[in-house]
Amino acid sequence: MRKTGTGIRLFFSYVLLAILGLSVLYPTVWILVSSFRPGGAIYSPTFFPSNWTGEHYSALFTDKSFVFGRWYWNTLKIGIFTMLFGTLATTMVAYVLSRFRFKGRKAGLSTLLILGMFPNFMALISIFLLLYQFDLLNTHLALIIVYSCGAPVLSTFIVKGYFDTIPRSLEESARIDGASHLTVFGKIMIPLAKPILTYMAVTTFVGPWVDFILARLVLRSREQWTVAVGLWDLATNFRTANFTMFAAGCVLVALPITIVYLLLQRFIVEGLTSGASKG
Amino acid sequence: MSLTASVLSLIAPGLGQLYNRQFIKGVLFLAIDALGLWYFINHLPRAVWGIVTLGTQKQHMEKVGKITKMVPGDHSIHLLVQGLIILILFMIFAWFYVQAVIDARRNGLVRENGGQTVNFYRSAGALFDRSFPFTMLAVPIVGILFLTIMPIIFGILIAFTNFSGPNFVPPNALVDWVGFRTFTDLLTLKTWSYTFWHVLLWTVEWALLATVTTYLGGMLVAMLVQQPGIRFKKFWRTLFIVPFAIPQLCSALIMNNLFNGEFGPINQYLGMLGIEKIGWLTDPQWAKFTVVLVNAWFGIPVTMMLMFGVLTTIPKDLYEAAEVDGATAFQKFRTITLPRVLFVTAPVLITQFAGNINNFNAIYLLTGGDPKTGDYQFAGQTDLLVTWLYKLTLDNNKYNFASAIGIIVFLIIASISIASYLRTKSFKEEDMVQ
Repeated sequence: MRKTGTGIRLFFSYVLLAILGLSVLYPTVWILVSSFRPGGAIYSPTFFPSNWTGEHYSALFTDKSFVFGRWYWNTLKIGIFTMLFGTLATTMVAYVLSRFRFKGRKAGLSTLLILGMFPNFMALISIFLLLYQFDLLNTHLALIIVYSCGAPVLSTFIVKGYFDTIPRSLEESARIDGASHLTVFGKIMIPLAKPILTYMAVTTFVGPWVDFILARLVLRSREQWTVAVGLWDLATNFRTANFTMFAAGCVLVALPITIVYLLLQRFIVEGLTSGASKG
Repeated sequence: MSLTASVLSLIAPGLGQLYNRQFIKGVLFLAIDALGLWYFINHLPRAVWGIVTLGTQKQHMEKVGKITKMVPGDHSIHLLVQGLIILILFMIFAWFYVQAVIDARRNGLVRENGGQTVNFYRSAGALFDRSFPFTMLAVPIVGILFLTIMPIIFGILIAFTNFSGPNFVPPNALVDWVGFRTFTDLLTLKTWSYTFWHVLLWTVEWALLATVTTYLGGMLVAMLVQQPGIRFKKFWRTLFIVPFAIPQLCSALIMNNLFNGEFGPINQYLGMLGIEKIGWLTDPQWAKFTVVLVNAWFGIPVTMMLMFGVLTTIPKDLYEAAEVDGATAFQKFRTITLPRVLFVTAPVLITQFAGNINNFNAIYLLTGGDPKTGDYQFAGQTDLLVTWLYKLTLDNNKYNFASAIGIIVFLIIASISIASYLRTKSFKEEDMVQ
């Protein structure tokens, strides 16, 4: 009796898991298949095309209005610099706020918390005007600066939460041995904080790949664009005419990020959940 | 000696340091002081004037000789931004001034007590020792000041002006301070208030639905995978993380096409089953359903990952004891799993609720706030406050209304956060479970 009950339960569980798995995979497989389908329409009588083509991918790199290679390079450049500066800035702020007690620390923490509660879009116009004042519009430097300075506002609490869990005795003994603050930070804390730094590095690197709002506002000329802006343009202005090209662009943007996320799953989950439980 | 040094530094930072025989530092401070004074004497009055008046000279035609030509007037918004930048620079300068006086006083005290002031090399070394926190924070703070704090102050100030199209946009016109009028307009003018209350209502509905669906969904998926007897647990787990790994920019745009009413495959399959086309994204009711459904697709993986962690902490003997007592699966869920999980994840639930109020991507990329039915002011049926704010800013030039909405969103999020903080605090004190 009990055994058949378990059997039925497992059977239904597997059915449910299969349905869920299908609904997870269906959109991704669909876009992948669409990117290889000849023609430009969304509509297709069959799920798999009768013949496969890579022309949409090559079009993205050779077409005059879609300089995907260029956009890729731009995004890679912005992503790497943002990752370096954003992670560094956040780590420095989080470390100091976690480890040192000084006048203004509490005020600083609350300020960061409050700043995080404003919708980012409120700042759009004035960031635009600020960049205009300093003649930085249409430059990648502008994006790198804005993203890097935004990183501490977004993630200081997550990183600080991680630093808080590292025992103080480690650095105290190093200080007694005569290590400077800089040595303690660079040689002891950074290596210990590797998981959270990986999380920070991935999220700051991915940011420029998916930001289509600020980038679209700042980058005025096509050849300066990032892939996110290009993809947005494909999706909004060319979708009905050339859906398959959008599909190819989507695959090109999503694939590297998805692979990185899946490979570094462990770190990202750790970062996410530690941030979540800290609130 | 400390008094003389402080007074000297108060007259001009650097003098006190010179008096304290710290020559390099003194000269350096004096140089910064001179540079600052020169800059602020030239710029500060105009900055303050700009912020207070927002410009007085309108763009106008002027006769020069025989031809009339357009003379540019004051650009209110540039005046405001420039004014804020200069004020922030001035605050940094003032801070430096205060620090210089404190430094002079401290070194004066050292000398009073017969000590020696340290040389420049050593003082610079203190930047990495005693002043280490400030050295580390200096660059990020400047960045945050200019790229987060200044823009937010600007955003707040705009809500108290009449900066909006088509009549009050520089350079054609001047912008003026109007006090709380934007807020009263938003809440009392028929067209605005109707849109505002409906968008607010939908924002709250959306946040509730989105949070509950992803939360329960994540919990159920996690329990499904975690239950004894299921094989290839690791495989299922990785599979269900996939939606999280795909950037939302891509997946939301994909979903937008998938649910396309005319050509999308979903309606195509339904057609094969003989079901008529559904306006997934074009019918107001269906569109609301679709965004919640698709959001579950985005959001379930995150809660699922969280739940895996929480579920493993529930002791197995609780379930065994319940089984001995003859509890059904549902009873076990209701009396053991749910309360435990809720207790641990309550703060997350609140953060997710707040996050969903601001969930721009899910709505904007999927429906763009549409469908529009015409009775809303610059908004569609699925617009949240944030997407409405965005459209008002970038598509319709209603900057002052956008800012007012931003402030209201901030107030909502802030009160939720405070409530959550108080709640978690009381939870901690109560020590309900364990």
